[in-house]
Amino acid sequence: MRVVLAAASVVVLAILPMFAPWLQFVLTLAIAKGFAALGVAILLRAGLISIGHAMFFAASAYGVAFLAARGIGDFASLLVLSVVIAALTGVIVGAFLVRYRAIFFAMLNLAVSMVFYSLFAKLYGITGGSDGMAVPIPSVFGMVLSEPAFKDVLFYLSLVLMVVIGLGIHRYLDSPLGHALSAVHTNEVRLEYLGIPVWAVLLIAYVVSAALAGLGGAIAGFAIGRVVPDFAFWTASGHLVLVAVLGGIGGVPGAFIGALFLELLHTAAVTVTDAWNLIVGAALIAVIMFMPKGLYGLFAREKGAER
Amino acid sequence: MSNTVIPLLLDSLASAALIFFAAVGLTLVFSVLRVLNVAHGSLYSIGAYVAASICLFIASRQLSPYLSFVALLFSAVFVAAILGPLIERTLIRWTYGKSEAVQILITFGLFLMLEDLQRMVFGVQSLYEDAPVRLLGTSQIGGVVYLNYQIFLIGMAVLVVIGLRMLIRHTRLGRLITAVVADREMAQSIGIDTNRIFILAFSLGVFLAALGGALAMPTSGVAPGLGADTMVLAFAVAAIGGLGQIEGAAVAALIVGLARVLAIYFVPSLDAVAPYAAMLVVLLIRPYGLFGAVTARRI
Repeated sequence: MRVVLAAASVVVLAILPMFAPWLQFVLTLAIAKGFAALGVAILLRAGLISIGHAMFFAASAYGVAFLAARGIGDFASLLVLSVVIAALTGVIVGAFLVRYRAIFFAMLNLAVSMVFYSLFAKLYGITGGSDGMAVPIPSVFGMVLSEPAFKDVLFYLSLVLMVVIGLGIHRYLDSPLGHALSAVHTNEVRLEYLGIPVWAVLLIAYVVSAALAGLGGAIAGFAIGRVVPDFAFWTASGHLVLVAVLGGIGGVPGAFIGALFLELLHTAAVTVTDAWNLIVGAALIAVIMFMPKGLYGLFAREKGAER
Repeated sequence: MSNTVIPLLLDSLASAALIFFAAVGLTLVFSVLRVLNVAHGSLYSIGAYVAASICLFIASRQLSPYLSFVALLFSAVFVAAILGPLIERTLIRWTYGKSEAVQILITFGLFLMLEDLQRMVFGVQSLYEDAPVRLLGTSQIGGVVYLNYQIFLIGMAVLVVIGLRMLIRHTRLGRLITAVVADREMAQSIGIDTNRIFILAFSLGVFLAALGGALAMPTSGVAPGLGADTMVLAFAVAAIGGLGQIEGAAVAALIVGLARVLAIYFVPSLDAVAPYAAMLVVLLIRPYGLFGAVTARRI
């Protein structure tokens, strides 16, 4: 039943831009943020809140811009390389940070991401300062595409990636490695007594989440056509956590539901009011207070007793 | 030699004073309420906006410019008296005993709301009124022209450090706060009204944030985005000093102020990186900050 529902929503997403072309950009961006929010949600399972994941989002988007400026013009290699960049950054940063818990983990992520932000903004000669860098339209398997055609390719590829990678992450979360994450949250010491290296479990999760944020960043970079330091600002990281919580950290669809909901609501709201943050802030507080399972909790009925 | 050292030192001290004002309320609230208030930066910028509005009003009516000093203090009290109890009673109270993730998210939601509310109330243009700075004039120190207002800021920061220390060590309220910090349940069971302490402590934190914003306004003005920028800076300083350590925040502000001024003098492109780099180094070596007590890992 749930598979049918998921498949139906993907089909609807795929068809929607054919009727409303302006939606395509919104949906591409929503999927991009969904990937990043999924990364944040993975860490939230272990009780780790990262207010810094926008750094991987930005690192990979800047990676795309850099590589494109250095002459790599192929879409597939740019996408793969940028995710590798984000993952490698994740390995380095994660190796230091996964030793910390709770508020210290959150603060250190914030600190690292703000170092990234200030460097992106200040190293004018390399990163273009606050003007950012342009992300050109790459060639797809040797074909040079017009901008609308490339945006089509980008959207449908994101959709396919959402399904494929979503399934992959679902498998990962359902594996012993994934279940170890929630075990870290409930009782870390017991996990260590069982002989499971918590550090490795968390590092793997951190790298996976960095790679997901990187994939989102690369897609967003391509969709927007420009990458600016604000990609890495702490409020951007806060928004990713917000999306993850809003959607519900219970399952993979949650992050994407949250991102789609928020982007669509945003598009609708800006025509009426510019007090967008007011709405989001109030919604976030309401969701946490009254719907701890997030929007996804409305669809997914958990089995067994709930607290 | 002294021609470069003295201005550098004074610059660092003045910069540290402003940074300290941004951070001290955050760390105070954390020590008493055990809540990291992500909306703290917004309260700082609201203080700055209120102060700017009142000072501009005073200037437009051509009232005595000395009133603007009263206005700076008044705006901080005003913001604290209204927003302090309001926020504590409605939102912060709900998060007591919840996980840090919940606390950070709730206050992040509050931050988003406050940012937009400021935009709606005060508009998007930047506000600036430097009557207090002009009033105090300049003086020459070591051949370098100096704003007396910066020295005033340093004095205010010292006053706040001493005042808070006196309050906590030598008054009845301070003892009650200390008791609540040490053991919340025990304090409650011997009859301390912890709810009242929480409201007072949070409002005091709001007051310090708004005062910081009000005092910074005459030097740098206030514009949208100030809250977000201040937040991370306050966060960095509070973390370096050890969350909940007021004297720690003062020392951390000195370190960050010095680091920033050194960066401005020698590597101008890195001045924005300095506070976060300092925070990163300190936290990686001492995760509980320079003065934070090392507590056992919670299980």
